[in-house]
Amino acid sequence: MSESQRELMKGNHAMCLGAIRSGARAYYGYPITPQNEATEYMSFHMPKAGGSFIQAESEIAAINMVFGAAAAGVRAMTSSSSPGISLKQEGISYIAMAELPCVIANVVRCGPGLGNIAPHQGDYFQATRGGGHGDYRTITLAPASVQEMAQLTYKAFDLADEYRNPSLILSDGVIGQMMEPVDLATIPAKDAPKKDWAVGLGQDKRERNVHTTIYLEPEDMAQMHLKLIDKYDRIRREVQYYEEFRTEDADILIVSYGNSSRVARTAIRHLREEGKVKAGMLRTISLWPYPYRILNEIASNYKAILVLEMNWGQMVEDVRLAIGDKTPIHFAGKHGGLLFTPAEIEEFVCAIDKDPNNPKTAWTPIR
Amino acid sequence: MLVEMIFAGFGGQGIMTLGMTLAYAGMIEDKNVAWIPSYGPEMRGGTANCNVIISDDVIGSPTTDTPGAVMVMNLPSFHKFEPKIKPGGTLIVNSSLISDVSKRDDIKSFYLDTAGVAKELGNLVFAGMVALGGLNEAMNLVKTESLEMALKKLLPEHRHKLIPLNVEALGRGAALVKNGS
Repeated sequence: MSESQRELMKGNHAMCLGAIRSGARAYYGYPITPQNEATEYMSFHMPKAGGSFIQAESEIAAINMVFGAAAAGVRAMTSSSSPGISLKQEGISYIAMAELPCVIANVVRCGPGLGNIAPHQGDYFQATRGGGHGDYRTITLAPASVQEMAQLTYKAFDLADEYRNPSLILSDGVIGQMMEPVDLATIPAKDAPKKDWAVGLGQDKRERNVHTTIYLEPEDMAQMHLKLIDKYDRIRREVQYYEEFRTEDADILIVSYGNSSRVARTAIRHLREEGKVKAGMLRTISLWPYPYRILNEIASNYKAILVLEMNWGQMVEDVRLAIGDKTPIHFAGKHGGLLFTPAEIEEFVCAIDKDPNNPKTAWTPIR
Repeated sequence: MLVEMIFAGFGGQGIMTLGMTLAYAGMIEDKNVAWIPSYGPEMRGGTANCNVIISDDVIGSPTTDTPGAVMVMNLPSFHKFEPKIKPGGTLIVNSSLISDVSKRDDIKSFYLDTAGVAKELGNLVFAGMVALGGLNEAMNLVKTESLEMALKKLLPEHRHKLIPLNVEALGRGAALVKNGS
């Protein structure tokens, strides 16, 4: 037995621990299942870390408090689940325009509408295409374990500060609710960097710092757009995170993320143990920017690609953008908040292996 | 080693905590572990269940619908999960509340009068620990000391005085399984 630095934690708690250890000192939340443990954890631990915790009167209030805290140079965070994240979109758009760093966590449940509280991956488009109004993007990271809930939230703050852009954590009910070990050594406590652009009292600069989202003159707005686009291009080049699992000798490549990728991993092991199909997986960790480069590089090594998502096909469009017609793409979705089982994934993979061009399961944008 | 388990019963029987205790003990022994509850309104009074996985390898799916072991503490859970057990798997039944018996001959079933033992220990709250002790014995999962350490981590300080009785409950459950209940 070893006295390791491992702690058994809930995903939602680990996410908040990662935030505090990265130097976050402001959290504003509003309750919604399945992310309530985040607000609970922060209510206890954020004041202990000397930070500010407020259970806001609404999701909209919470995101605007984040706006204010971020402008003041504090590492600030809010979290919610799908319907609550929809409410925050106006604020996220404003924060993106003001180029302020912050982290927004979405523990995704099943929509549209009030839906239900079961895990789902239906918010992929909302997370990776901006989400609110206007032409902007948010860095989006998708943890697939409790360890990654801590580590990627920690990382999300660094990326947000580096690019002065909001970062999103896109998890789901399973990853938020489950408990797994977290290695605390991977997230050493640190102080947030100083920001010379911050507003407010206590800033020793004489010059006034102003953050605005309004540019009434189209010429001024165009300049701002060009600045944002230049930044987004830089992020696209520099942030493409993924994990390869048994891809080296695979015939069929699964592309998946988050909780679905966990089930896929089990299915791949079964298929190989039983000598049925050599399958492998590219698990995408950054969803925006999407890891187009690696997918484009390796796509032609496989007979076919199977995209697995708990929705009716969102990330599959990014896979198609990455590889075009190089390799047949198949899609398998899961609906209603139900989870994939390894057995059904194995069945899909076997069918595709037998008939890689089967039009019944092949995904195409052309109908 | 890869063991996938489901614990199920009424809300209030301590199902979640029992699963967590086992997961924690697995982690103490340097295994990979995952615990996931049914969540939301189910947790309050209805049937509650959790999945516990212990593995030497990185854990894939954190949930299972083909468990290698199932521990059921009430009748609805028996009906729901007994058919899902993998051939060769193990079933632990709380016979204090469940009079049904499994008709399957491809699994090993144990029927434990958890309430009877718990009453001898002075409190019904120990029933779950009796069942967990039985499961741990039947599956040969972790050392009792690891479960004891897990309880120390999981229980608030003011409850630590109850740990010796919990450990005794684990031992009594294990003994029931050893004697072929």
